Amino acid sequence: MIRFEHVGLRYGVESEVLRDISFTLTPGSFHFMTGASGAGKSSLLKLMYLAHRPSRGIITLFGRDMSRVTRAELPDLRRQIGVVFQDFALLDHLSALDNVALPLRMAGASDADTAEHCTEILRWVGLGNHLHAKPSTLSGGQQQRVAIARSVINRPRLLLADEPTGNVDDGIGMRLLYLFEELHKLGTTVVIATHNETLIRRFNHPRLHLDGGRLQVVPAHGARGG
Amino acid sequence: MGLPLLQRRPSDIPLARDPSGRFLVWITALMVYLASLTLAGALTVSDMARRWDSGLAGGLTVQIAPLPGNTGAAPGAPLAPLAPLDERVEAALTILRSAPGVKSAQALTAADTARLLEPWLGPEAADPLLPMPRLIDVVTDGPVDVAGLADRLKSAAPGATLDDHAVWLADLRSFTGAVHLAALGLVALIGGAGVMSVVFSVRAGLAIHRHVVELLHLMGATDRYIARQFERHVVALSLRGGSVGLGLAVLTLIGVRHAAHGLRASLMPDLTLAVWQWASLGLVPLAAATLALLTARWTVLRTLEAMP
Repeated sequence: MIRFEHVGLRYGVESEVLRDISFTLTPGSFHFMTGASGAGKSSLLKLMYLAHRPSRGIITLFGRDMSRVTRAELPDLRRQIGVVFQDFALLDHLSALDNVALPLRMAGASDADTAEHCTEILRWVGLGNHLHAKPSTLSGGQQQRVAIARSVINRPRLLLADEPTGNVDDGIGMRLLYLFEELHKLGTTVVIATHNETLIRRFNHPRLHLDGGRLQVVPAHGARGG
Repeated sequence: MGLPLLQRRPSDIPLARDPSGRFLVWITALMVYLASLTLAGALTVSDMARRWDSGLAGGLTVQIAPLPGNTGAAPGAPLAPLAPLDERVEAALTILRSAPGVKSAQALTAADTARLLEPWLGPEAADPLLPMPRLIDVVTDGPVDVAGLADRLKSAAPGATLDDHAVWLADLRSFTGAVHLAALGLVALIGGAGVMSVVFSVRAGLAIHRHVVELLHLMGATDRYIARQFERHVVALSLRGGSVGLGLAVLTLIGVRHAAHGLRASLMPDLTLAVWQWASLGLVPLAAATLALLTARWTVLRTLEAMP
């Protein structure tokens, strides 16, 4: 699914924010990404959702060496990745329904199919009564769920979430994690960056732990290896 | 059941809020207004030239001047009695009707001549005391030896001059060509200014909404998908501005035509446009919208190429 080999990332002439990162995520796996603020979690996620290219090293995604992927090929790969951004990144001028519809429209789905699937998934995340609400009228937790609905609407092979529970209380955070668990059971590879130790302990998954730009893979409790 | 939910599909990029949109509407209105007037002017001149051309080509004009004395006599020779104008006209007609290549020759009456001169001289052109030349309208149906015919006319009807319209036609065609060239240049300038406006507007939109464009890219939008958002926006604005510009141009043309009808002398060309000419004016906003669409596409694709 994903393989990083000695990957480094630097912005401009600054020193590397990610150093010599190597790991492999198998299809259908579930990982938390942890680390202190500034450890490089967001940068690593950006490499994974193809917002940046690495300064060095090799990234293999869905069997493709990303250094050989052309710009024209990127949209197709990006459509296989669902991202929940830390700030939700919802478009304020669009309704919840239209926000969720974006990935399907980009994929060329018909309006009828788009409407049906978006309505269904918004009901699934408990927003069936807010289909036409603008993000600014929704609470933080509701916006979070719209962002999650958008990230999974086209059944991505890889789901990445950057602090998805950072702006919601523990109850909603727990509910969101159960949503991710359900997607994981459907075969989606999931990586969630979080500081929430309660959730990490509750959901027993391996961790990608970043410290000073270096990565350590920590197995789940009770599991062997690392 | 879900279809009505998405029927009013909004643009993914909130371009409608941009101030540059209003600017583009008025710029397009001005461009279409100027282009429509230029096109109407070129069409009018073309029509006028075509009418004159068809009237002048394939014909000759003989003018016989009312001379105060005899001409053609050697200097110092006694003046011969002057032949009456009508007799010289008849003599010229005889020569013309027997000349090879001449289909018909018809003398214009004094009243016809006065009517021709009326736009310049007014009703006084019909004053019998005014010495007026007599004109003969000649229609040809083959090659005519213009120089030989002129010599024969001059000797048979003193004061006769033969005009084969060549100079007039050359001037007219040169004038028409110049008008067409000027119109083309003007339309190119207007189009260029329109293209620059669209480029400016689209670049401003891309700069203002860069974060949205980046987000769409990360979700898997292709450059063409993003370009289509701009195309739809720019075409809508161009059509709105174009309609305003065309409406104003039509009002202007109607006003000018009305004012031209009010002139006493009929010096102004006929400003009436045919149905197909009005229809061609209607294509100007569509052409502007097409140009805007292509410009927006090109600008977006070129700009996005520089993005990761």
